Amino acid sequence: MSIEVLNLSKQFGTFTALHDVNLQVHSGELLALLGPSGSGKTTLLRVIAGLETADSGQVLFHGEDATDQHVRERQVGFVFQHYALFRNMTIFENVAFGLRVRPKKFRPSETEIRDRVMKLLHLVQLDWLADRYPHQLSGGQRQRIALARALAVEPKVLLLDEPFGALDAKVRKELRSWLRRLHDDMHITSVFVTHDQEEALEVADRVVVMNEGRIEQIGTPDEVYEQPASPFVYEFLGNVNLFHSRLHRGRAWIGDIEVDVPEHAEADELTAVAYVRPHEIEVERTQNGEAALAARVVHVLSVGPIVRLEVMRIDDADKTPIQVEISKERFRELQLIKGDEVFIKPRRLDLFPKQQSSVNDTAQAQ
Amino acid sequence: MNTFKQHSILPGFNLALGFTLLYLSLIVLIPLSAAFIRTAELTWPEFWSIVTTPRVVASYRLTFGASFAAACVNVVFGLLVAWVLVRYHFPGKKLVDALVDLPFALPTAVAGIALTALYAGNGWIGQFLEPLGIKVAFTPIGIFVALTFIGLPFVVRTVQPVLEDIESELEEAAATLGANRWQTFTRVIFPAIFPALMTGFALAFARAIGEYGSVIFIAGNMPMISEITPLLIVTKLEQYDYAGATALSVVMLVISFILLLIINLLQWWSRRRSTIT
Repeated sequence: MSIEVLNLSKQFGTFTALHDVNLQVHSGELLALLGPSGSGKTTLLRVIAGLETADSGQVLFHGEDATDQHVRERQVGFVFQHYALFRNMTIFENVAFGLRVRPKKFRPSETEIRDRVMKLLHLVQLDWLADRYPHQLSGGQRQRIALARALAVEPKVLLLDEPFGALDAKVRKELRSWLRRLHDDMHITSVFVTHDQEEALEVADRVVVMNEGRIEQIGTPDEVYEQPASPFVYEFLGNVNLFHSRLHRGRAWIGDIEVDVPEHAEADELTAVAYVRPHEIEVERTQNGEAALAARVVHVLSVGPIVRLEVMRIDDADKTPIQVEISKERFRELQLIKGDEVFIKPRRLDLFPKQQSSVNDTAQAQ
Repeated sequence: MNTFKQHSILPGFNLALGFTLLYLSLIVLIPLSAAFIRTAELTWPEFWSIVTTPRVVASYRLTFGASFAAACVNVVFGLLVAWVLVRYHFPGKKLVDALVDLPFALPTAVAGIALTALYAGNGWIGQFLEPLGIKVAFTPIGIFVALTFIGLPFVVRTVQPVLEDIESELEEAAATLGANRWQTFTRVIFPAIFPALMTGFALAFARAIGEYGSVIFIAGNMPMISEITPLLIVTKLEQYDYAGATALSVVMLVISFILLLIINLLQWWSRRRSTIT
């Protein structure tokens, strides 16, 4: 079951939650909507579910227009951040709810309901809690029950709104790999909302990065991490260093370093910002012929297999420390300590020309 | 004594408990026990004959019956008012919200006079009801109307905050699972507000049992028909029959206590099933 979102816009008063959003969710995939709070990701999910109506635009389920369908008829499974379990019902009754409220004609028999619920509880590995009440369960257990409840009605799509947002870090990690495995078994088209980039990159088949009601980039976790389409995506997904540079006719300069940037061949004396990931920076003790930036080590964090360095350019052109990540072996070779002078050079960078109009560095996507 | 004391981060347990007991004793227990002591002047046969005369029994039936009916009506319409106040936005909502408290603040005698004027045969409403053969003022129906009036805010004010606290997510969850509005209400919302509704019922009921001021104006106070027990008590007091008056008080007290106990048990039972974490 595929989902298609066409030209969706939604305003809350003067706040634009969604701005002409287009999105394709392929059948059977697990898609993450990733963005900071206020980016419109939850609104988009709720519009898909039918819990919110858009001001304009369409939602198609499997090619059929579902825009005016009521949430009851959309057959979506929805999992809420705060579980939204029914407090007055046992776990069993919570999961059975969707089956019991069906019109008599379509309602399964009592034994069928029993079988189905127990099967689902078994699936979420909590069949031993069937007779408990929600308040007797931990957060992680509750969220799994919420998922079982959503799956009980055999939804065509599964929508999860920050499903792990209210859980502590350890449970969160367990649950997300569990969700990934569950999805691999069931292959139900799923969309989940998160503001945690690690979660999105780890769990999803594809990631949709949203900002201020627009989609910044859609791609596999690799694509959005390795080839961010905009400065926003760069900064939102992982650490990144910013270098000020000059851009002219397909060439860019950062200090003395000169790089070819054929995609900016028409650029004419522009200032630009180069985005470099911490692990894409080379560190050398000596300059050995090539152009490099002289810097001084100001901080060393050597816990774990990756050593994090903070270096400051000696000419201080960027005025902020530069984050560098090198392997432990490399660190041993270099024998760096705080205060050492080093030469750094970006191995790979992305250049975004500064917009004349915009005040800050957030260039517009595409 | 130490077994009672629980170590708590909040200081002043002893002081607070002592004060609570003293306060309750002064305000509630001592006056109530006075009623029992006064009654004890009577012998059992005397007591029994006073509290079981037909006129008195009729007044019990009327007092508790009308109070019960009024509380039931208030539960339904109080819930409706609370629902509207919580769920919808409309011009003048603040005013309506404030109006709900009016029966709290209004001297009950004023309420009684106003209601009597409305429902009497020549009143605004009474003049239309009279031709239909419905007499409200000076009948048990009038008592019921007055008790409904004074009990309404209790239900509204207890249900309102609980209704406000119900997360909209619960209803959304029910909707995504295919439940219609009625199913959502009966299976999700109603169980959540039921304990509060019971509290509101108990308060409205208790208030109605003790009501005097508004009722005596509209009741007509005909023995055996529209005479409430509190009025009989006052009548006995006016005849300096203190023991008789306290005997009736004791009976009312015991019945009220038992009824409230039952309601509390019901509440406890329903709350146990839906404890909030």
